[in-house]
Amino acid sequence: MKLFLVACAALSLCLPLHAKEAAPLAEDPVVEKRLINISEELRCLVCQNESLAGSQAELAKDLREEVRGLIKEGKSDSEVKDFLVSRYGDFVLYRPQIKPSTYLLWAGPFLLLFIGLFTLFRFLKQRSKEVVDTPLSDEEKKRAEALLKDAQS
Amino acid sequence: MIPELGHFALILAFFVSLVQGVLPLVGAHKNRADWVAVARPATAASFLLVGVSFACLTWAFYVNDFSVEYVAGHSNTQLPTMYRLSAVWGGHEGSLLLWVFMLVGWAAAVAAFSRQLPAAMVARVLGVLGLVTVGLMAFVLLTSNPFDRLMSPPAEGRSLNPLLQDPGLIYHPPLLYMGYVGMAVAYAFAMAALLAGQLDAAWARWSRPWTTVAWVFLTLGIALGSWWAYYELGWGGWWFWDPVENASFMPWLVCTALIHSLAVTEKRGSFKNWTVLLAIAAFSLSLLGTFLVRSGVLTSVHAFATDPKRGLFILILLAVVVGASLLLFAARAPKVSPGGRFELISRETFLLVNNVLLVVACGAVLLGTLYPLIVDAFGGGKISVGPPYFNAVFIPIMLPLLVLVALGPVARWKQADLPAMLKKLWPAAVAAVAAGIVLPMLAGEWHAYVALALALVGWMSAALVLQTIDRLKAGSPTASWWGMQIAHFGLAVMVVGIAMVSTYQEERDVRMEPGETVSVGGYTFKFLGVKESRGPNYTADVGTFELSQDGKLMRLLHPEKRAYDTSQMPMTEAAIDAGFTRDVYVSLAEPLSPDVENGPWAVRVYFKPFVDWIWGGSLLMALGGLLAAADRRYRIRAKSSAAVAANAAGAAA
Amino acid sequence: MNKFTLPLVGFIALVALLAVGLGLNPREVPSPLVGKPAPDFKVPQLHDPNASFSPNEMLGKVWLFNVWASWCVSCREEHPIIVEYTKRPDAIPVIGLNYKDKREDGQRWLARFGDPYVLSAFDLDGRVGINYGVYGVPETYLIDKQGVIRFKQIGPITPTVLEEKILPLIKELNK
Repeated sequence: MKLFLVACAALSLCLPLHAKEAAPLAEDPVVEKRLINISEELRCLVCQNESLAGSQAELAKDLREEVRGLIKEGKSDSEVKDFLVSRYGDFVLYRPQIKPSTYLLWAGPFLLLFIGLFTLFRFLKQRSKEVVDTPLSDEEKKRAEALLKDAQS
Repeated sequence: MIPELGHFALILAFFVSLVQGVLPLVGAHKNRADWVAVARPATAASFLLVGVSFACLTWAFYVNDFSVEYVAGHSNTQLPTMYRLSAVWGGHEGSLLLWVFMLVGWAAAVAAFSRQLPAAMVARVLGVLGLVTVGLMAFVLLTSNPFDRLMSPPAEGRSLNPLLQDPGLIYHPPLLYMGYVGMAVAYAFAMAALLAGQLDAAWARWSRPWTTVAWVFLTLGIALGSWWAYYELGWGGWWFWDPVENASFMPWLVCTALIHSLAVTEKRGSFKNWTVLLAIAAFSLSLLGTFLVRSGVLTSVHAFATDPKRGLFILILLAVVVGASLLLFAARAPKVSPGGRFELISRETFLLVNNVLLVVACGAVLLGTLYPLIVDAFGGGKISVGPPYFNAVFIPIMLPLLVLVALGPVARWKQADLPAMLKKLWPAAVAAVAAGIVLPMLAGEWHAYVALALALVGWMSAALVLQTIDRLKAGSPTASWWGMQIAHFGLAVMVVGIAMVSTYQEERDVRMEPGETVSVGGYTFKFLGVKESRGPNYTADVGTFELSQDGKLMRLLHPEKRAYDTSQMPMTEAAIDAGFTRDVYVSLAEPLSPDVENGPWAVRVYFKPFVDWIWGGSLLMALGGLLAAADRRYRIRAKSSAAVAANAAGAAA
Repeated sequence: MNKFTLPLVGFIALVALLAVGLGLNPREVPSPLVGKPAPDFKVPQLHDPNASFSPNEMLGKVWLFNVWASWCVSCREEHPIIVEYTKRPDAIPVIGLNYKDKREDGQRWLARFGDPYVLSAFDLDGRVGINYGVYGVPETYLIDKQGVIRFKQIGPITPTVLEEKILPLIKELNK
């Protein structure tokens, strides 16, 4: 793991090698907007917990350039993502694809919500049957009130 | 000599905590007053000893004692004193020592401020805390001793990660840990009640202020961390759903649920089992978070030096602590009385729904955080679960909660009259529709998402006003009532910030030559150039930008790009012009032709409407929590526990 | 078994998962390219800008494709192992990919630390790297006679990786 941190540092250091970062970075605002949208959903592999949009790592810049090129070629968002997945694997996707191994991930929260609310409803119904109030006698009430007053003074 | 003293004090503290963990618990069980009486002095001694130990480590940092491995690895002589002292918790070993210090600190606070509680109860609470302390101290002493010496000390230390050389990092970890560790107090109260078999309203009343205070710290700690990431990391985000963030957010969600369910348990004697379970869960999630951060099973930006051996130790600790608690719960819970009766439409039900939503939200975060691990464990390869997922599942679960925030406080206990509530709240519904339609248009463009969020804000705020008017008519409300209102208002404020900034923020990535301008959100930045400047332990390229609006010069902004002497990673220091309704934010990315004098730079500018409301809202929530915890109800000396018991009996009726 | 033991059961499952998780390395991202044909490219060689290299030229041979750079710290750690390996009589050809480097720097680096490569392809803008899914130099690909990637090492090759993974696989592929 250290190696990757070193590689990470090294990659972000070698700025001079890549001086051709596009001129006014927003030549075409539509492309730029799409670039931001797509790259926010992609993970930068070098510094693994940044998105491709946010990362300043050298590889991230190259990949942004690559994605920019693909957009200009008229590729759709999902084609761009497929391009990266075929090279780096599912790992680059911050929004996991829906497939059998992620069904539980996507359905889980809503399943939990359903189970939670259903259990709650059943619990409440059952409870209202089981719990019967035994009203306090007048004397008990007086005593409780006295104690309460006492406690508050 | 001093580091050995610190180490020795910690070893002593370990044994004292062992005494604190065993004698009072046994004493309370066997009704032996002399053993019970050990609890308070043992807690105080443990606190003092860990304090000495912590002071010794701080001293080693202060005098640059690089013969201590931990000091040599996290500090050097060039480091400004302020950061040298906060470097104490800049690494794994020291931050764990801080964890332990906070834990014994909480225990000492319980010992000091619990004179009104029955001795046996206090003994049990302190005993449970003592046992937890023993576990953590063993972890520090056996796997992460910060006092280890080096055979041949280096002349100079390695320095602190530049990311951590920031004022935010002085306060963030202590606050966050105070919250994290504070969950242990709520847990200890719950365990004490389970052990004693006295799961009643008195227990809820005693543990409420402690839980609330811990929640306040956790809220502040998370908010500060988010704010720090926003201005320090330089890409304008404020929440990344990083595993480490999730690790602190999950206990927060459960603790928020706990605060609400404690209210029911105290006032109505209901949901006792559920409340106990939440208290156990909140602390378990704190421990789980520690495991996730320290063991390196998940990748995270906060890549602390990780070590599988440490991971194994924490996992065992987690298994023992939580496993034992849940076992005790399974044994005791069936015998607990169900509490008072209530109808389907009642404040009890609203609070239970609140609890379900918060717990499900926490479950979703947990699922997303652990899912890559699950897939990997079953041989499914590596996947990432990131912000798009969390936003997609978390927000829908939270929205109904925002509707309920307005309903809960107007509902009566036991049996609420829904038509009457709606009659009372119809102006809020009108306000909601109006806010949803009008506000987004005022902000620029109408989007369904922001309209929904602002409608909910309108609903919450208007309902708060209505409730307040109503309540004031009935006499002056208690501090804890005000606390609730302020915290709920803070939530509304935060929702405004989140909705506005995620919909209307603008960002631009540009290549700028000195003299060029760029505009974002109606503000214009003029790049004047970059000058090199020398800090205490870094060299910085300091940019100068003129910020103007409608041709009127407002101020100069100075974003920096720093190269620390001891690190290869360049650091970005954004320059932010903060305002009530917006931030404008500029950061230097990198020089595009570094060899050219006054060459062009890649620059990022952001327009962030209402972003500060996110942290403002968190502050309001924390303030509300403080008010609630300060309610004098909790400080009244209960003349006898019978009074509280009777109160509970009355409430249960 | 009552409903109050459910939290305990759930928790035990969680602990089991975490225990398994401890044994996994979260930073090791397996390449989807393993088992797929090595992407084609044509770039100049490091030592001779006029000569080019394309992986097609290697069809019919089992070969190693090693991505390196002069600025890469851990490449220096790995390099002696490759140099030693290529001295073996049964060594298969190793082609280098000089990744995002300056030509002079790359040449100087090889002159200083030894040049084990049949040749080094020169990937100035990192496009080849992107097509091969390179994200942490050094990386090494083992490619079979049909031009299919059979193994990828991310990070430096260690003697253990060489002996236990790469060599047995080469033996098998050369059968």
